[in-house]
Amino acid sequence: MSADATAAGTAPPAARQDRAPTRRRRRGGLPARLAAAAGGGVVRIVLLVVALFWLLPTVGLLLSSLRTPQDIAVSGWWKVFTAPSQLTVTNYRSLLDNHAITDSLWNTVLITVPATLLVVAIGSLAGYAFAWMDFPGRDWWFLAVVAMLVVPVQVALVPVAKLFGQIGIFGDISGVVLFHTAFGLPFAIFLLRNFFAEIPRELLEAARLDGAGELRLFARVVLPLGGPAIASLGIFQFLWVWNDMLVALIFANSDSQPITVALQQQVRQFSDNVDILAPGAFLSMVVPLIVFFAFQRQFVSGVMAGAVK
Amino acid sequence: MADASVPGSVPGAGGPAAAGGGTSGAAPSGPSGPSATVPGPRAAGPGPGGASGRGPRVLRSVTGTRPWIAALFMLPALVLLGALVAYPIGYTVYRSLFDADGTSFVGLKNFGTVFSDHGILTAVRNNAIWVLVAPTVATALGLVFAVLTERVRWGTAFKLVVFMPMAISMLAAGIIFRLVYEQDPSRGVANAVVVAVHDTFTSNSAYPGARPRPNSDLKPTAGGSFTAASTARTGTSANLPLVGIPQNKLPAGAGQARPAPAAPGKVTGTVWLDFRPGGTGKPDIIDPGEKALSGVKVEAVKGGKVVASAKSGKDGVYTLPGSAAGAHLRLPASNFSGKYNGVNWLGPDLVTPSIIASYIWMWAGFAMVLIAAGLAGVPRELLEQARVDGAGEWQVFRRITVPLLAPVLVVVMVTLMINVLKIFDLVYIIAPGNTQSNANVLALQLYLESFGGGDDLGVGSAIGVILLLLVVPVMVFNIRRLRRERQR
Repeated sequence: MSADATAAGTAPPAARQDRAPTRRRRRGGLPARLAAAAGGGVVRIVLLVVALFWLLPTVGLLLSSLRTPQDIAVSGWWKVFTAPSQLTVTNYRSLLDNHAITDSLWNTVLITVPATLLVVAIGSLAGYAFAWMDFPGRDWWFLAVVAMLVVPVQVALVPVAKLFGQIGIFGDISGVVLFHTAFGLPFAIFLLRNFFAEIPRELLEAARLDGAGELRLFARVVLPLGGPAIASLGIFQFLWVWNDMLVALIFANSDSQPITVALQQQVRQFSDNVDILAPGAFLSMVVPLIVFFAFQRQFVSGVMAGAVK
Repeated sequence: MADASVPGSVPGAGGPAAAGGGTSGAAPSGPSGPSATVPGPRAAGPGPGGASGRGPRVLRSVTGTRPWIAALFMLPALVLLGALVAYPIGYTVYRSLFDADGTSFVGLKNFGTVFSDHGILTAVRNNAIWVLVAPTVATALGLVFAVLTERVRWGTAFKLVVFMPMAISMLAAGIIFRLVYEQDPSRGVANAVVVAVHDTFTSNSAYPGARPRPNSDLKPTAGGSFTAASTARTGTSANLPLVGIPQNKLPAGAGQARPAPAAPGKVTGTVWLDFRPGGTGKPDIIDPGEKALSGVKVEAVKGGKVVASAKSGKDGVYTLPGSAAGAHLRLPASNFSGKYNGVNWLGPDLVTPSIIASYIWMWAGFAMVLIAAGLAGVPRELLEQARVDGAGEWQVFRRITVPLLAPVLVVVMVTLMINVLKIFDLVYIIAPGNTQSNANVLALQLYLESFGGGDDLGVGSAIGVILLLLVVPVMVFNIRRLRRERQR
C-alpha cells in the first residue's frame, strides 16, 4: 500500500490518467498518509480511553467489595494499587454467612428459573398456534399480543397486587413468577411465532403425513427447529427476571424477596452498608455476567433478531 | 436488514431486544386449501397412534387443527395475558377516575393533580429530560463507537466491554454509581478525577478562612480577596496581619514571623498570623510566638492591573520590586479559598444528569451493537466510491453512513425512549434520600403513591394511565406495520 501511494504521488500525472485521480485523492502524498496514520492512532487512543472509562465503575465495585469497611471509609478503591495488602475476602465471607442475603440469592434462583421455563413453554405453545393453526380471530388475537409488547409493567402493579391479595399469593414467590411470566409472554409469543412461521411447510406436512399428532409435531419438529429462537428468548427472560427489582419489590415479602430487593433495603444507609452492598451487588452480577459471556452469540443475535429484522 | 425496522421493545426494563418486523413466511390466514376435512379428535392425542390412519388427506393449513386444539395451545397464554396484563389495564384506567379511597368518582381530577402538584410536576419534567436526553446521547455514542470500532482490530473486545453493563441489573449499576459519585474525593472516583484535574490548574490554598481584622488596613474586595486601602511605598515595610485560623491548623513547620528588613527600592513586608495563643499579642505587631504565613501570594495592583506579585517566604516576608510603589497591595482570593472538594454529583442540581449518565453507561452498548449490525449491511462499495470521489471521512459519515443507518437509528431511539419512560430502579437506588424529590420520575412517583406511603391509588393509577398513553403511538405503529406485512 505504501509503495503504491508513493508511486501515485510522484509519477508524472499524464502517465496514469486512468487510475490516478482516485488513488491520489484517497491516499494522497506523505502529509495525507501521516494524517491517516495519526487518525488511526487517535481512534485507537480514543477507543482505549473509552473502554477504560467503561470498565472503571465495575472495577471500582469489585475492588471495593474486596476491602474492609474501615478502608473503604477513608480511601478509594484505587488505593489497593499501592497497598495490595488491603485486599481481603472477609466481606464475602461474612456475606455468605448472612442468611438474609443467601436466602434472597436462592429466592432469585427460585423466581428466575420457573419464570424463564414458563415463558418458554407457554410462549412456544402459543407461538406455534399462531404460526400454524387456524382458529377464529387468530389475526386479531395476534394484534392484541403485539399491542401488549410495549405495555409498561407499572400499569399493572396496583390491580395485580389487589388480585394476588384476593387469591392469597401476594408476597409469595408464585405471584412474582406469574407476573414475570405474563409480562414476558408478549415478546415470547411474538418472537417465537415469527421464528416458527419460517419453518418450511413441507417439513411439517411430511411429519403430519407420517402420522405425527399435534403435540408430537410440536415437541419433535417445531421445538427442536426453534432452538435458536428459544435460546435467545430464554436468555433474555432469564436476565430480565434475574435483574428485576421493581416487580419483586411489590409482590415479594421478606421471605420471598430476591437479592435485588434485599440489597435495595440497605441502600438508604449506603456508607454504613457498603461492606454488604458492594460484595452483594457483585455476587448478584456473577450469574448474569456468566450467562452473558457464555451465550454472547445468542444474546447478540437475539438482539438483532428482535430489533432489526 | 435495512428496510424492515419495527420499533418496539421487550416489556420491562431489563429486556434489551426491540420487537422485530413480521416475517414473510407466515402461514396464510385466509382459506387457501381446497378441503376442510376435519381430522378426528384423536389427532390431538400425544401418542404416535393418535394420528394414525388419517391417510393422505389434503390439509387446509398444515395441521388442519380443530379450533379447540388451538384453544388448548393458546389457553395458558391467554389466561395469563388476560388476567395479568389486559384486565389490569382496564382496572387501572377505571381506578384512575376515583379518589384515594376508591369510593367516589372524581373524573379526571387525578390527572389534574399530576399536572399541578409541585412534586409530581418535577417528575413530569424530569421524565421529559430523560426521554429527550438519554436515548439521544446513548444512540449518538453507540453510533460513534460502532463506526470507530470498525477501524481497530480489537473492535470485538471493545464492544464486549461497552455492551457488558447491559447484562447486569439496574440495582447493581445503581450501587456501582453510588460508589462512583461518592462526594468525598478520596473515596469517589468521579470527584477524585475532577479534583485532580482542578488542582492541576489551580493550586490549593493553605489558609482557608484566614482574614484581616475588621479595622485593619486590608479591606475585603471582590471575589474574596483583600486589598490594602493605603498605597505601598519603597523602603518601608508593609505588614499584612491576618487572623481567623487557629495556630494548630497551620501547616506543620510554620516558623516564627519576622519583621521584614527594609530594602531600598523595594516594597517589603510580612504576612503572618497576628494571634498568639492566650490572646496576649498586640494587634498589628509581630509578637514573639506569632507564626509566619508562608507561601501567601501578594499582588501589587495599580489602576486595576497587577503590576507585580510575590510570595511570602518561610518567615512570612515578601519582597516586591520597586514597580510596586504606589500600588495597592492585594491578597488574592486563591490564598483563602477552601479546599476544592469536587462536584456534588448527587446534589439537587446534578442528580438527574448524573443518573442519566449511569443509564447511558448501561445502554450505549445496546445502541452500539444494533448500529454495528446495521453498519455491516451498508454496502462497502458505496463508502469506497464516496472516498474515491474525494469525500473526507467526516463527509462519508455525515452524508452516507448516517442516512443509510437512519432506520436503525430510529429503532434504537424509539426502543430506548420506551425504556427510559419507565425508568425506576436507577433513580430509586442512586438518588440519596435528600435529593430523591429532585430526581423524581413518573415511575418512581407511581411507586411512591401506590406502595411507598403516598397512599393515593387514584393518582398512582393516573400516572400508570399516562405512561400507557405515552406508549400508545408505538403500539399503533407496531400494529400497522404488522398489518402491512400481512397484506404483502
